[in-house]
Amino acid sequence: MYDADKIITGLIIFLCLITFPIYYNIATGKAAYRPEPKIVTEEKQCVESKGYMRAKHMDLLEEWRESVVREGKRVYVASDGKQYTMSLVDTCMRCHWNKAEFCDLCHNYVGIRLNCWSCHTLPKRD
Amino acid sequence: MKVLYSLLAVIVLVLVAYVGVGLLGLHSLFGVMIPYAAGAVFIVGLVYRVLKWAKAPVPFHIPTVCGQQKSLPWIKANNIESPHNTWGVIARLALEVLLFRSLFRNERVELRRSEKLIFGGNKYLWLGGLAFHWCLFIILFRHLIYFMEPVPSVVLFVQDMDGIFEFAVPTLFLTDLVILIALTYLFLRRVIYSQIRYISLSSDYFAVLLILGVVISGVLIRLFYKVDIAAVKELAMGVISFRPTVPEGISLLFYIKLFLVSTLVAYFPFSKLVHGAGILLSPTRNLKNNSRMRRHINPWDYPVKVHTYEKYEEEFREAMKEAGLPLEKEN
Ligand code: HEC
Ligand code: HEC
Ligand code: HEC
Repeated sequence: MYDADKIITGLIIFLCLITFPIYYNIATGKAAYRPEPKIVTEEKQCVESKGYMRAKHMDLLEEWRESVVREGKRVYVASDGKQYTMSLVDTCMRCHWNKAEFCDLCHNYVGIRLNCWSCHTLPKRD
Repeated sequence: MKVLYSLLAVIVLVLVAYVGVGLLGLHSLFGVMIPYAAGAVFIVGLVYRVLKWAKAPVPFHIPTVCGQQKSLPWIKANNIESPHNTWGVIARLALEVLLFRSLFRNERVELRRSEKLIFGGNKYLWLGGLAFHWCLFIILFRHLIYFMEPVPSVVLFVQDMDGIFEFAVPTLFLTDLVILIALTYLFLRRVIYSQIRYISLSSDYFAVLLILGVVISGVLIRLFYKVDIAAVKELAMGVISFRPTVPEGISLLFYIKLFLVSTLVAYFPFSKLVHGAGILLSPTRNLKNNSRMRRHINPWDYPVKVHTYEKYEEEFREAMKEAGLPLEKEN
């Protein structure tokens, strides 16, 4: 008695399962999709360098929050000497007011959902 | 000693990635080529392994005597402990794979100081093993975020559940915490208990340490040494859609982690880790206990030429009659 037929069926099912993301991306046609956050401000520069912001903006926001809420200090001196008010809505979102095409675009891509906006409300723009 | 060798092996792996990416800048080797090679080795190796198993004849079922076999209608049979049909087998296998039932029944015999022999249940191994495997599964499932676009909502749901406690920004995942504790336990038990240390091989430590290395580097990346995760997803999507690119801004730590993962994946089919596939083929778990209902034919039975007594008697009838030997059939 051999069970090769059952074992091979199982093996094929397993291989289909682990390669599933490949077919999924082909089906959705988004394999080559890259989020391209749109910069809408006239300014040329972010608070810190672009590379730093990409990887560490959450640390920066966390630092700002600690500083404001715990220490009451609201001025941030960037590494190039410029001063910024530490505020999510009044600083970040003043330049990046297109949240849906900026923050959300990236965050959706990597499956991050922020709860910040339940308290920090963005002013309506027209 | 064996622990040290394994630890050394993992450290060497980390150093290889460190030198390769950090000093020599071989980003596409470590980010694309090695992962492809590891994936190929995994699939080919696993298929080879399983096909080799599939070629082996099915043994006669091995009754593990912990349930009443199906026999007479008025004797209550236990279809999970001693399954006589496919549903029973599925239930037994599912309980084994999902809940590690045999490990739950693991008993330890101990000689206590009072010179009493004690048989006791030992559930720590079961608990540690189960916690580790389930966390590993959930973590792997969560990683689908980096391989699928758009991210399916089931994956997001699992991630939300995992981070439900929301302490720290970014959220510390429950599974990350539990898997670290479980792995530490699984490692320490091989170091602390002399009996287990005695039966442990270098490869036992290596597997645990390698996985521990992957988990620790992952947690470090998530909590302390951030990398640009969007770039990581670009890399992953490029690799699985066979249009690899190496985006800028991915840190060395990520490449170290990726190299450890590649090693683990390539090592899988050739090590004890392949029990993941083997468990489904364990004869004591997947065979029906139906020897009273069905005849098991041994596939390598040689077609033996038999000479039945009937024929024998036929052949020597006259001689036997003469010698006065009793015959079955007189005529
Ligand atoms: C429970 C409501 C709540 C949530 C959710 C929340 N915050 Fe806040 N946050 C506050 C309050 C209240 C302050 C104090 C405002 C002040 O003192 O000006 C604050 C202050 C801050 C500040 C500094 C001051 C300012 O005006 O921005 C930052 C930065 C900040 N939060 C970032 C975040 C981020 C990032 C998130 C999401 C991860 C978040 N917060 C989620 C309530 C919240
Ligand atoms: C003065 C306007 C300004 C402010 C304030 C500002 N940014 Fe920026 N930000 C920019 C510009 C301009 C860029 C594009 C930089 C470049 O291309 O070099 C940018 C880039 C970024 C990027 C990288 C986007 C990409 O395409 O890679 C992130 C992330 C980011 N900002 C987040 C933030 C956060 C979070 C804050 C608040 C802490 C903030 N920014 C505050 C102007 C601003
Ligand atoms: C270039 C893509 C990109 C842009 C643009 C971007 N983010 Fe992020 N953000 C990320 C990634 C990737 C993470 C996750 C990093 C991690 O988990 O290590 C993240 C994480 C965060 C977190 C931490 C949340 C958590 O639970 O981990 C906060 C807060 C955050 N982003 C705020 C913002 C805000 C506010 C903006 C818009 C001003 C913004 N981000 C724009 C990519 C981006």
